[in-house]
Amino acid sequence: MPEKIIPKKTPMREQPPKERIKNFNEVPYGYSPEEAIAEAKRCLQCKKAPCVAGCPVEIDIPGFIKFIAEGDFKSAIRLIKEKNVLPAVCGRVCPQETQCEQVCTLAKKYEPVAIGRLERFAADYEAAQGEAPIPELPPSTGKKVAVIGSGPGGLTVAGDLIRLGHSVTIFEALHKPGGVLVYGIPEFRLPKAIVYREVDYLIRCGVKLVLNFIVGKTATIDQLLKEFDAVYIGTGAGLPWFMNIPGENLNGVYSANEYLTRSNLMKAYLFPEYDTPIARGKRVAVVGGGNVAMDCARTALRLGAEEVHIVYRRSKQEMPARIEEIHHAEEEGVIFDWLTLPVRYIGDERGWVKEMECIKMQLGEPDASGRRKPIPIEGSNYITPVDTVICAIGQGPNPLIPQTTPDLKAGKWGNIEVDKATMKTSKPKCWAGGDVVRGGATVILAMGDARIAARSIDEYLRTGVW
Amino acid sequence: MVKILKKELLVPNIHFMVLESEVIHLNAKAGEFVVVRPDEYGERIPLNLVDWDEHSASVVFMEVGTSTRKLGCLKSGDTIADLAGPLGRPTEIVTGKKILAIGGCYGIGALYPVLRAFKESGNTVITAIEARSAFLLYWQERLKKYSDEFFEITRDGTRGFTGHIDKFLNWYLLKNSVDMVYAQGCAYLTYLVSQTTKPVGIKTVVGLNPIMIDATGMCGVCRVIINGETKFACVDGPEFDGHSVDWANLLTRRHIYINEERRSLSFYECEKYG
Ligand SMILES: Cc1cc2nc3c(=O)[nH]c(=O)nc-3n(C[C@H](O)[C@H](O)[C@H](O)COP(=O)(O)OP(=O)(O)OC[C@H]3O[C@@H](n4cnc5c(N)ncnc54)[C@H](O)[C@@H]3O)c2cc1C
Ligand SMILES: Cc1cc2nc3c(=O)[nH]c(=O)nc-3n(C[C@H](O)[C@H](O)[C@H](O)COP(=O)(O)OP(=O)(O)OC[C@H]3O[C@@H](n4cnc5c(N)ncnc54)[C@H](O)[C@@H]3O)c2cc1C
Ligand code: SF4
Ligand code: SF4
Ligand code: FES
Repeated sequence: MPEKIIPKKTPMREQPPKERIKNFNEVPYGYSPEEAIAEAKRCLQCKKAPCVAGCPVEIDIPGFIKFIAEGDFKSAIRLIKEKNVLPAVCGRVCPQETQCEQVCTLAKKYEPVAIGRLERFAADYEAAQGEAPIPELPPSTGKKVAVIGSGPGGLTVAGDLIRLGHSVTIFEALHKPGGVLVYGIPEFRLPKAIVYREVDYLIRCGVKLVLNFIVGKTATIDQLLKEFDAVYIGTGAGLPWFMNIPGENLNGVYSANEYLTRSNLMKAYLFPEYDTPIARGKRVAVVGGGNVAMDCARTALRLGAEEVHIVYRRSKQEMPARIEEIHHAEEEGVIFDWLTLPVRYIGDERGWVKEMECIKMQLGEPDASGRRKPIPIEGSNYITPVDTVICAIGQGPNPLIPQTTPDLKAGKWGNIEVDKATMKTSKPKCWAGGDVVRGGATVILAMGDARIAARSIDEYLRTGVW
Repeated sequence: MVKILKKELLVPNIHFMVLESEVIHLNAKAGEFVVVRPDEYGERIPLNLVDWDEHSASVVFMEVGTSTRKLGCLKSGDTIADLAGPLGRPTEIVTGKKILAIGGCYGIGALYPVLRAFKESGNTVITAIEARSAFLLYWQERLKKYSDEFFEITRDGTRGFTGHIDKFLNWYLLKNSVDMVYAQGCAYLTYLVSQTTKPVGIKTVVGLNPIMIDATGMCGVCRVIINGETKFACVDGPEFDGHSVDWANLLTRRHIYINEERRSLSFYECEKYG
């Protein structure tokens, strides 16, 4: 128990904005052991800790924080890992302000305990000690599981099932594992080395990883089922949406996925050392208001843009991006055009975008999502010069598996339908979870789904009852 | 790492490469493609599958920029970083039709599995391959095996019909009728074929080659406009009705990175050759 309540979070040191927009290094430095202990001591160690219920995988938050407060970092990470196999990732990218930290008792009057930062600290501390030891594995059950997709969901299922003695093979379409953690989220927010370390740990535990294998094309699910006893589909929401407005196919108009994949997965920010190019626009407009839009805007700055605008049709209150990301973007000089909607892009004689036409919006009554619906203000159109546009308005489930698996039930938007209690799909021996079920959601929700599925898969493999 | 089982120069600038793969053959069909990445620094580039068996997948490629130049420098026994596939929708294999199949540059290689599939499904296949000059034509014997009629076309008249593909088409279609034209090769060739058959209303299927990255429908860079509608060539194509393609858009989009590609190539060549 703290002697006296400290109202504010222990600040985390960061790269100064002016400097960091010139590099792709991680922005926050993380806590030192002293800072972590100080922050951990702010925790009230509540009896019915509400924070635990705020975490989709129910980490024993007061438990691990107590260990940190006592300086026993090894025990802290061990406790976290009982529930979360990717703590270094979640500590960095979870929307804590709407999950664990939102319901923290301290948050009623003061700033909540910095749970995410402490989780990150414990994970980074462990990594600094060298390779994580392999847990003792039970004898093999002889059952084989195929996991499709190596995003956070797929990695979680693999980690859970290998520890239960099943044989696990992950099939990944791309040439690198990690899903959105690697191709989408930029290096300055989540260093790729962290993801590869986690993947490496799974491989050392015995998980087989097959890259460049596109399930649905290289082999169908039915073909896999001839060799495997169960299949988990964690293929994510990678299909980019466009607005279907004039000029969207002009040169210089990107989907967020293309822009981020070039920069992150293909390392275009290191062009020409790496071969994949990317447009280094001077006046960039990013359309959308989520984490993806923030990542694009901040990447564009680092690629040398002079002016980056976030164009969002609602106002700041409705923005789905994490507060920390909006704050970082603001600090770095991203300009926010609230209540603005692009209606068309205008090209030059060479087919490159040179201007965009926008219309101003006002907020009306709340819509189905509970947010106030944006309505165009007639006659408010204006034209502004741009040389790069990045469309970050969302994405749908990857279509390849639903297209090639006719007996797998999918909804109107291509989302695979599951039973929420088990994550079983309509197809026997097939489970699914994460973004392919939810549409674009979060890392921790994908991991939560994976947990439920792993439990159900294990039960099925042991009992044979579907 | 993927082993190159065999590599040979077919004609100047065009290579044949057999890559080790135990999985591509499982579902491979004519008209599909693979993605290769030459090395850890490399781009992902799409190449048509020209053949496959239980242990391998083959491609024919033309050296144009850094990635294909890198591949061109490799030899049998070397390795490349990645190979993924098969990708794209296969060619729709009709039956009992008379088909004129056209290939140019790398498309001569890309034509091979499609001819074979057409022929094996009971179609009459007329094959025409074209190049600037006779020394750039290849695989005649392979292609003839699956062709009922076979034409060579050279722009300089060093072999066969003299002229470009439009001239050949106008000449051939004047006295022959076909049910369908199929074409593989650079965008200019497929464009010219489509433009020539459009006024006479002959169904024309062409393989398009927009820029791609993931080739699984995830990034949208490969979008092409077909009948006014945006399609992703990697999952909705890469073959489309040539008369419905917005060619101006395709040709513009292919040149997005032309300056960077030049820079990349000179960077690579300076590094490699000092
Ligand atoms: C730019 C960006 C920023 C984000 N920021 C945050 C954030 O700050 N916090 C947060 O919590 N969430 C964030 N998200 C969302 C989060 O990343 C996703 O919700 C999460 O990654 C979903 O995990 P998943 O395992 O379901 O799928 P994914 O991470 O999408 O992984 C799916 C994998 O499956 C592979 N695959 C697809 N089809 C096939 C196939 N047919 N065969 C084989 N493999 C296949 C894909 O290549 C991919 O590697 C962000 C998303 C994006 C795009
Ligand atoms: C579905 C599909 C199948 C393909 N199949 C094959 C194949 O079987 N064999 C093959 O050689 N290529 C094929 N291509 C084209 C091939 O992918 C490109 O040639 C390759 O990506 C070029 O990479 P690069 O780095 O060497 O050149 P880049 O540096 O990317 O390009 C250099 C310059 O050459 C131009 N250019 C690129 N490709 C061509 C081309 N094909 N014709 C004319 N100009 C071009 C570019 O616009 C650029 O200006 C295919 C493309 C697609 C989309
Ligand atoms: S996993 Fe996410 S929600 Fe759970 S405690 Fe950690 S930061 Fe909070
Ligand atoms: S709710 Fe806050 S103060 Fe209470 S145990 Fe959880 S983290 Fe500590
Ligand atoms: S290449 Fe990315 S969607 Fe087609």
